[in-house]
Amino acid sequence: MHRNFEPTLIKFNRTMTAQKSFKIIVIFALAILPFFTFSQEDDSKIEEASKKFNAADMIMHHIGDSHGWHFFGSGDNSFTLPLPVILFTDNGLVTFMSSEFHHDFDGKYVVEKDGMKFVNYHENIYQLNEGESALQKNDEGEVINASKPWNFSITKNVAAMFLTVILMLIFFFSLANYHKKNKKAPSGFNNVLESLVIFVRDDIARPQIGEKKYMKFMPFLLTVFFFIWITNILGLLPGAANVTGNIAVTVSLGLFTMALIFKNGNRDYWKHVFWMPGIPTFVKPILAIVEVMGLFIKPIALMIRLFANITAGHIIILSLLALIFILESAGVAGISVPFALFITILELLVAFLQAFIFTMLSALFIGMAVEEHEHH
Amino acid sequence: MEYLHIGLAALGAGLAVIGAGIGVGKIGGSAMDAIARQPEASGKIQTAMIIAAALVEGVALFGVVAALLGVLTVPA
Repeated sequence: MHRNFEPTLIKFNRTMTAQKSFKIIVIFALAILPFFTFSQEDDSKIEEASKKFNAADMIMHHIGDSHGWHFFGSGDNSFTLPLPVILFTDNGLVTFMSSEFHHDFDGKYVVEKDGMKFVNYHENIYQLNEGESALQKNDEGEVINASKPWNFSITKNVAAMFLTVILMLIFFFSLANYHKKNKKAPSGFNNVLESLVIFVRDDIARPQIGEKKYMKFMPFLLTVFFFIWITNILGLLPGAANVTGNIAVTVSLGLFTMALIFKNGNRDYWKHVFWMPGIPTFVKPILAIVEVMGLFIKPIALMIRLFANITAGHIIILSLLALIFILESAGVAGISVPFALFITILELLVAFLQAFIFTMLSALFIGMAVEEHEHH
Repeated sequence: MEYLHIGLAALGAGLAVIGAGIGVGKIGGSAMDAIARQPEASGKIQTAMIIAAALVEGVALFGVVAALLGVLTVPA
């Protein structure tokens, strides 16, 4: 009985899906049609704007760090959140707001403080030498009459990191307070956080580090996991900073893991690095060199993986949007905007996956360092 | 000849990505086989698969970053 029905059922389903996909194609084509007519009308305007457009500059500007938090607009009309510039010069500490540069990062606008002159050239702050009034460059674009003071500014990336830290403090203090008062499982957002905490404990720390020692490393693993995850997601918002796509940030994260491995590595671990048991003596020095290199390559790989994944994601989204201006047609927007949206949603997955991978590999490396070996 | 270094860097990035594609493809395929044989072990297999895939991907990203540095640092 059942079998007799099946062929007609499948046929029916197939025609249904075919109709559905046809409908979707027609709707999509109609939806992007207005963009093409629009592009023909405004051709001259777009051409004018695109004369100055340089995709590589735009992308590098967006993924890089800056001294002000720029949201939209250009030049003097731009909407920028000013951030403090903190410099240690030879004559002591100098502080001022980044708005004093008036949105200039070509080194043209000179800020005078305490008799010293500062310019912002490609988001590097230079102090002009005595008696100079403007920044000078040689033919290769190198600055010749200024030096870089120690720069401890609260840049866009630092401000975004503070935002993450504040968010994490709010989230986890509320979760901790809830558990002080109640014995029940929390509801709502606290429940989401708690399930993630348990995920880190049961799926990352416990199997990789071992039942006896995992509790010692939970604070580090949880902090790293939530820090990377929240910064990654905040970085996807329009106008946000590219924090985990900044190599300096990922270097510090990698150094934390390396320091933990070096501090907690037990006797067995170091023995396995320098003079491993169970292999011929003449191979031992060669393998020791490889193992010592491995000590440093592990955190470097962690650092490069996070940096490159997040930066690549941002570059893909920006390049898709830049296609509209490169091809000088608003019609391309009908295709590139949905595709950029698709990549953005994919990046949501990558944001979680990279936090997971970083935490997982950190736990794995720490687990290798603290593992108790049976004696050979 | 002016853009030769950019072309070579892009070629290098492409080669790195081919390697990663083969590597991650093999890992994913083998994990699929393993899960099909032993569906009850799928959790453990997935974890091992993700770790191995991340290690392969890391090497590919080394290549891509090297290519990116090639594009950015060689003066045009």
